[in-house]
Amino acid sequence: MLEITGLAAAIDGKDILRGIDLKLPQGEVHAIMGPNGSGKSTLSYVLAGRDGYEVTAGSARLDGADLLAMTPDARAAAGLFLAFQYPVELPGVGNANFLRTALNAQRRARGESELDAVQFLKLARAATKQLAMPDDMLKRNVNVGFSGGEKKRNEVLQMALLRPRLAILDETDSGLDIDALKIVAEGVNALRGPAFSALVITHYQRLLDYIVPDRVHVLVGGRIVRSGGPELALALEADGYAAIAAEAA
Amino acid sequence: MQAAADTADPVQALTQSGYKWGFATEIETELAPKGLNTDIIRLISARKSEPAWLLEWRLKAYAAWLTMAEPHWAMLAYPPIDYQDLHYYAAPKRKPGPQSLDEVDPELLRTYDKLGIPLRERAILAGVTPEEGTRQVAVDAVFDSVSVATTFRETLAKAGVIFCPISEAVREHPELVQRYLGSVVPTGDNYFAALNSAVFTDGSFVFVPKGVRCPMELSTYFRINARNTGQFERTLIIAEDGAQVSYLEGCTAPQRDENQLHAAVVELVALNDAQIKYSTVQNWYPGDAEGRGGIYNFVTKRGACRGARSRISWTQVETGSAITWKYPSCILQGEDSVGEFYSVALTNHRQQADTGTKMIHIGPRTRSTIVSKGISAGQSNNTYRGLVRIQPKASGARSHTQCDSLLIGDACGAHTVPYIESRNASAKVEHEATTSKIDEDQLFYCRQRGLSQEDAVGLIVNGFCKDVLKELPMEFAVEAQKLLAVSLEGSVG
Repeated sequence: MLEITGLAAAIDGKDILRGIDLKLPQGEVHAIMGPNGSGKSTLSYVLAGRDGYEVTAGSARLDGADLLAMTPDARAAAGLFLAFQYPVELPGVGNANFLRTALNAQRRARGESELDAVQFLKLARAATKQLAMPDDMLKRNVNVGFSGGEKKRNEVLQMALLRPRLAILDETDSGLDIDALKIVAEGVNALRGPAFSALVITHYQRLLDYIVPDRVHVLVGGRIVRSGGPELALALEADGYAAIAAEAA
Repeated sequence: MQAAADTADPVQALTQSGYKWGFATEIETELAPKGLNTDIIRLISARKSEPAWLLEWRLKAYAAWLTMAEPHWAMLAYPPIDYQDLHYYAAPKRKPGPQSLDEVDPELLRTYDKLGIPLRERAILAGVTPEEGTRQVAVDAVFDSVSVATTFRETLAKAGVIFCPISEAVREHPELVQRYLGSVVPTGDNYFAALNSAVFTDGSFVFVPKGVRCPMELSTYFRINARNTGQFERTLIIAEDGAQVSYLEGCTAPQRDENQLHAAVVELVALNDAQIKYSTVQNWYPGDAEGRGGIYNFVTKRGACRGARSRISWTQVETGSAITWKYPSCILQGEDSVGEFYSVALTNHRQQADTGTKMIHIGPRTRSTIVSKGISAGQSNNTYRGLVRIQPKASGARSHTQCDSLLIGDACGAHTVPYIESRNASAKVEHEATTSKIDEDQLFYCRQRGLSQEDAVGLIVNGFCKDVLKELPMEFAVEAQKLLAVSLEGSVG
């Protein structure tokens, strides 16, 4: 269960989030939609613990633990995964090596035994197969020379291997063609279950055709101005954010 | 270096703070009196039972040294070195020339055990590839001024390879030593080379005869132990026509508050079609976070590609020393000869490194490749200094330099000083350089996946150095990766 209460945050003294309240029960998938500059990415970065964001008020708890007091790696070990809008390239770092290092770091933090290279490769190969990714994706350097679609699929691969309790997908659909979109959605749907929850941040309704959310929240000007079922996304698509914002105001 | 049996968790090793090779060995040492003069040189020569020609050679070098001034063109700042306040000879006290490991002082063997150096013949370095089964590495170990043990000599002798302490080579193979010693780095080449020539005490000698591919990796471990002692080792490697050899050296020293001087000379000679691969993992004590103590490392390394199609490849991972002054070079004399320089130089705290290479293209169609990765952290300074010179007869010569610097934090410095001189219009010389700061996006990405700050830095830095690390023999590459991470401890807040 992710519980966000009165969360406000600023960058360089400029308020971006102005009091967010959100409850995401375990097992559910919620979508956050909003226009550019509404604070969607800021919310994901604040939850993941990126430097440069000042939390000015409020709290965020994951299964009761105070997320905001933890280092980014401790949040990851607690089960928070952020699929980046712009996945970062790591030259010279092999994808498989990166994934195994990350997985073992998390396992260690949780007091679980580490996986050796053979155990890991077995797991990784199964995951690439499921995501229709070529095996050589594991051998290449992390995101280096990947197409936009490959980068996003690589994020989903990491998510599949790290098996988070809470996944935040930050505009994972941007720049994806319809086939890639379906693969990404299948990757998320495959993880759905009572021990998994997700916050799907998106600009467009399109992704929500494939990842059907339990709830949809509309973020405008750093506040959630409206919440509803999946039909809210359709209404947004038809009427636009301006109408919803005006209605809420 | 860790033995294969030691399965210590690398992560655990990484979290041990500081320099773990910093212990000193309590051992009875024979020390020459402090100071440098002709008497000391005569004493060193006498202790080593050297022939008259070598004593003459040393005295000539000393005379040259007296006329020279310490060079100060490098971007290095350090208090004046008092050359009269050093011991120029220190040896573990025992009868000279151990015949077998049983005769070596057990305290010494324990020291090398602690360092993880497999002196016993069945020991294998870490990272053995399963498909190759047991991989053998012959080791020479130099403790202060003398070589204490060389392994696998019989196996090597069967192949015709000579691998022994240079002091022994002087006695057993005088004609080879006399022919090649100083032929690449002359006694008066530079201040530190002249000093080394006058007082060098030990080092390794390798001779690979015509057509022989050395059947195993050769390796020397250098250890400075005694206080206020300089280490001046001399290494000479000769590969005759068609011969091939891969040689690696590792270096450590105890943690001491005063600075210790290390001025080595390495000479490589490659004849027709010969190949020499020389790898270094230099981890001398770097001094503490405030810059107290540490080794002053003034080293002259040069290889002569004398024969056609010969190849000399230098790979170095430099993480230690308070001061590093080192430019492993290639004289590309033979036509179609190839020189390579792959370097990682990492400085942290108050370390200073001024390192690079010289590629002198003399013969036609000679080629050189330079890949330099500098990492600066803390308040350190890291300079790449490199010369590519194309002589008039080097038609069709090609040279490519890739020089990348990575900055960690905002109190360190990275400098690139390339010199390019081309006297042949048909030559192609390329130089690419980049400088970047460690990327916040990369760090956050790694940490979001669960890596600690230090592991994230280690991973990114290792990725940055990949092009160089892959040139190292595998067992050293694994070790070098860990070393880079350890050396960066505490560099990121």
